[in-house]
Amino acid sequence: MQRIGVFVCHCGSNIAATVDVAKVAEMALMEPGVVHAEDYQYMCSEAGQAKIADAIHEKNLSGIVVCSCSPRMHEATFRKAAERAGLNPYMVEIANIREHCSWIHKDMEEATKKAVILMRAAVAKVNLNTPLKPGESRVTKRALIIGGGIAGIQTALDIADAGYEVDIVEKTPSIGGRMSQLDKTFPTLDCSACILTPKMVEASAHEKINIYTYSEVEKVSGFVGDFTVDIRKKARSVDMDKCTGCGVCQEKCPSKKAPSEFNRGLNTRSAIYTPFAQAIPNVPVIDREACIKFKTGKCGICSKVCQAGAIDYEQKDEIITEKYGAIVVATGFDTINLDKYDEYAYSQSKDVITSLELERVMNAAGPTHGHLERLSDGKAPKEMVFIQCVGSRCSDDRGKPYCSKICCMYTAKHAMLIRDKYPDVNVTVFYIDVRTPGKNFDEFYRRAVEQYGVNYIKGQVGKVIPQPNGKLLVQGSDLLDNKQILKEADMVVLATAIEPNPDVRKIATMLTASIDTNNFLTEAHAKLRPVESPTAGIFLSGVCQGPKDIPETVAQAGAAAVKAIGLLAKDKLMTNPCTAHSDELLCNGCSTCENVCPYGAITYEDKEVNDHGIREVRRLAVVNSALCQGCGACTVACPSGAMDLQGFSNRQIIAEVDAICR
Amino acid sequence: MQELINRAKELLENGTVARVLGWKAGDLPYNPEPAYFESAESLKDFVYNGFCGANLSKYMIEASKLEGKTLVCLKPCDTYSFNQLIKEHRVDREKAYIIGVGCKGKLDIEKIRNQGVKGIESIQGAEITDAADELKIQTIYGEKTIAYADAMLERCHVCKGKEHKIFDEEIGESKETKDGERFDEVSRIEKMSPAEKFAFFQKELSKCIRCNACRNVCPACSCRKCVFDSNKFDSSQKANVDSFEEKMFHIIRAFHVAGRCTDCGECSRVCPQGIPLHLFNRKFIKDIDGLYGEYQAGADTTSKAPLTNYTFEDAEPSIVGKRG
Amino acid sequence: MSIEKKEFKPKIVAFCCNWCSYAGADLAGSSRLSYPADVKIIRVPCSCRVNPMFILRAFEKGADGVIMCGCHPGDCHYSTGNYYARRRMTLLFSMLDYIGVENGRTRVEWVSAAEGVKFSDTMNSFVEKIYSLGENVRLGDLRCRS
Repeated sequence: MQRIGVFVCHCGSNIAATVDVAKVAEMALMEPGVVHAEDYQYMCSEAGQAKIADAIHEKNLSGIVVCSCSPRMHEATFRKAAERAGLNPYMVEIANIREHCSWIHKDMEEATKKAVILMRAAVAKVNLNTPLKPGESRVTKRALIIGGGIAGIQTALDIADAGYEVDIVEKTPSIGGRMSQLDKTFPTLDCSACILTPKMVEASAHEKINIYTYSEVEKVSGFVGDFTVDIRKKARSVDMDKCTGCGVCQEKCPSKKAPSEFNRGLNTRSAIYTPFAQAIPNVPVIDREACIKFKTGKCGICSKVCQAGAIDYEQKDEIITEKYGAIVVATGFDTINLDKYDEYAYSQSKDVITSLELERVMNAAGPTHGHLERLSDGKAPKEMVFIQCVGSRCSDDRGKPYCSKICCMYTAKHAMLIRDKYPDVNVTVFYIDVRTPGKNFDEFYRRAVEQYGVNYIKGQVGKVIPQPNGKLLVQGSDLLDNKQILKEADMVVLATAIEPNPDVRKIATMLTASIDTNNFLTEAHAKLRPVESPTAGIFLSGVCQGPKDIPETVAQAGAAAVKAIGLLAKDKLMTNPCTAHSDELLCNGCSTCENVCPYGAITYEDKEVNDHGIREVRRLAVVNSALCQGCGACTVACPSGAMDLQGFSNRQIIAEVDAICR
Repeated sequence: MQELINRAKELLENGTVARVLGWKAGDLPYNPEPAYFESAESLKDFVYNGFCGANLSKYMIEASKLEGKTLVCLKPCDTYSFNQLIKEHRVDREKAYIIGVGCKGKLDIEKIRNQGVKGIESIQGAEITDAADELKIQTIYGEKTIAYADAMLERCHVCKGKEHKIFDEEIGESKETKDGERFDEVSRIEKMSPAEKFAFFQKELSKCIRCNACRNVCPACSCRKCVFDSNKFDSSQKANVDSFEEKMFHIIRAFHVAGRCTDCGECSRVCPQGIPLHLFNRKFIKDIDGLYGEYQAGADTTSKAPLTNYTFEDAEPSIVGKRG
Repeated sequence: MSIEKKEFKPKIVAFCCNWCSYAGADLAGSSRLSYPADVKIIRVPCSCRVNPMFILRAFEKGADGVIMCGCHPGDCHYSTGNYYARRRMTLLFSMLDYIGVENGRTRVEWVSAAEGVKFSDTMNSFVEKIYSLGENVRLGDLRCRS
């Protein structure tokens, strides 16, 4: 029989305002095995933890139930407290009477009754708990960064500077990401390339950093500290070691019709290309879809003009398998597809563009060499209209429910830059709200309005209609003046919502990292563990976790690096002892469990058993507890009930069921 | 039958097998029982006739542990069970010498009785070599004649086929006996209202005496120790077992063999209370076939079982309510 | 004089996987999204840990409804757990339906850690369904002789 202590937390008034905590403690004393019960204002405080320790000593407790907040919050806290007092930490169970009770119920009587039942279920479980001992696993001292944008680069640099090996896997031919496509950055108006390029160079030159561009993560197995990853290095068709980056091949390439990804399809590039001048590595790739040689077998001009003999049409995809201790996801974002926003005429007029396209138009290396001009006829615009929240803060399924966060600021930046460089151009911004929290952000926005005379109209645009004269008729409303507005514009810029890179879902699945309905990766705790995935060993950097601007991204990238370094610095990790184990006398040796194990943790051995006097050699399931992650799939697949899960055993769960249904 | 006995003798005498697993006559004309024969001499008691419904594959679990090979007589439908046991590593293929015996449908004494035949003294026409499609039954009230097909087990009317899925040699002809669809009865129940379904199963399951005959005979129910006998789930059989456990027993039993049950029909054949237990297994088979693609357990020894397999597009559990 | 009818308070057991649905329930809690107190949650590591025997056991002990929640297909923390759970529960629920137990008493919903709203909506609608079905007589009564 266990000697159980029950500790009921008030959580200030969070629990105590709705649950009669004293009553829960009183009822606990009537449960089998309970020898001590008390309630206290903050069980998680030092004083609260001391109460637990004292009770363990004084009453010689063998098990603990804490009725408090979610175990996802403080299970670890209370387990550590119990361990310090000499109790096995796995003899602690939490009854979640806050998130699952006091916070969602209003009626005190009802909530108290429920809290009592939740307490009973936890007591019933602890009665069957057994002390568990975690195992140990090794840590591979190498990190993988998925995504080579500013987030990935910063995380890689920080981890590498701490002395650990880092591999960056970037899908496109060059690192740099979205930031490399930006012209200027708010709120300082720094040239984006000028501040990014040095970081790219630093990463590429860093002795601890290895960059795989034009590569993708193909397969991930293993677990925290010991991941095994297959990386597909796509055939570049150019030998990275031989290429000198002279650029002649691109100049001479006769196929120049492929839309430039870097310039958002606003102009074209050659079939053999580097995405932009500062690309790292400065080694082109052949786009086999566009290349004449690959399409027809004829041409081969690049190979002929290449002095270094670097062109290799025979190159094949290569799979690299590498082990990592930590993985950082930094897959970034893209703008949403605007097919569902036909009212803005994006597909009908070349002069309706997204803000990211405007970045390319404003950039000296862009399709217009930095001249602000209409993409339809090359004429200089006189009237420009910016439409905010295109697809952001959207209540229907056309767009995204969240605020994309960066649009208010980059629109202020665009408006300001245009008014600065082309004072004769009128700029009008239609907005729902202007959101400028952030250091020097509101000041920046006010400069746009006050110094640069940008015309901000609170109201939404209903329709953009291309006119026969080539202009764009913008129909909007001014909510403050309560009037309809019709405005002829030369260009319309859409502050298009951003969304996580579409590849992230596939990557999250490979990593078994949680992802939300908007495809943002879920953090382990929204406030307290914002850069960790709930999946141990997976860290989040940049917009893959939620919309953010460059300074926030860099800050988060550093935070993710610190978390990864904290892991890599360890030589050994404690493994979860809640693993499966098989009762040798019940095992049929049927292999059903082996078939459902996602980790290959179950193998079969011929072992001699002594089954109540009968000695025989049987084929038996053996669980490798270093590989077992404790999902429990095998326990249900096993027809004889031989396979059970420590910490969540059949009898424990049934005891909880019985307690709830009592 | 004589050909079978002669061959068994030969294999015993030349040392190929150490014993023969077959059937011997019971105390009544219609209840032969599984038996081992260890000498040519003992084979005089060997019988194989229309009443030899018992599926011998499960006996091979124990026979696999014995010295030497065991000659086992398997009917076409029994070979599915044997394959399934190979797949689950419960029998040793190397320890078995399988003679695929012919089958022209197995007989159900209850069906004969239900046709008003009482006081049976002897039955002619049940011998496996007999091509006759009639049974001549001598009773204390005189001779009665019944069509063979009318005396067949339900499972033979929905026979899986004449083919032995695994064998070392085949002896005897098999006959096509299928004249029904195996899911008809399941479909009929599915169309009932919830109240009618409930009434139907309540009536049937109320007869259960928890004798465990179904479990003991089932080749898929071959656990060393059944969950209902272990303390792992707090569900071990108690003297005053409550009513729910009976039902739980049959549902869980069917669930545990789902995707592994070859639909051999032994559970229903041996139930002393005549509960149509195969209707649980068939329901799972019908659902598996319908939801995850046709699957016949024991048709081979390598395919992935439906419950240890999945696809991303699998039906959601809510389909149960939507099917109506 | 009439005998006062006891108000029906259903017993509802919810199995929630640790990684998605339990976290979703926590989010529902911290967002103060209410659902009836009749629902009691049991935490399991993964939906694939839910043995059909647990569900039947709950009914045996008097539960009026049992719901299982897990990560969305494709998002399982253990990669494949919810796929197995999905097949198991589909077959089990179909069997219960087959023996005449109201299908509304069992449900599976996929709730991610970010779906606090979905968690509370799901529980509200499930509890409402159980109230409409009333007390669970059949599952506890299948063998009672008439």
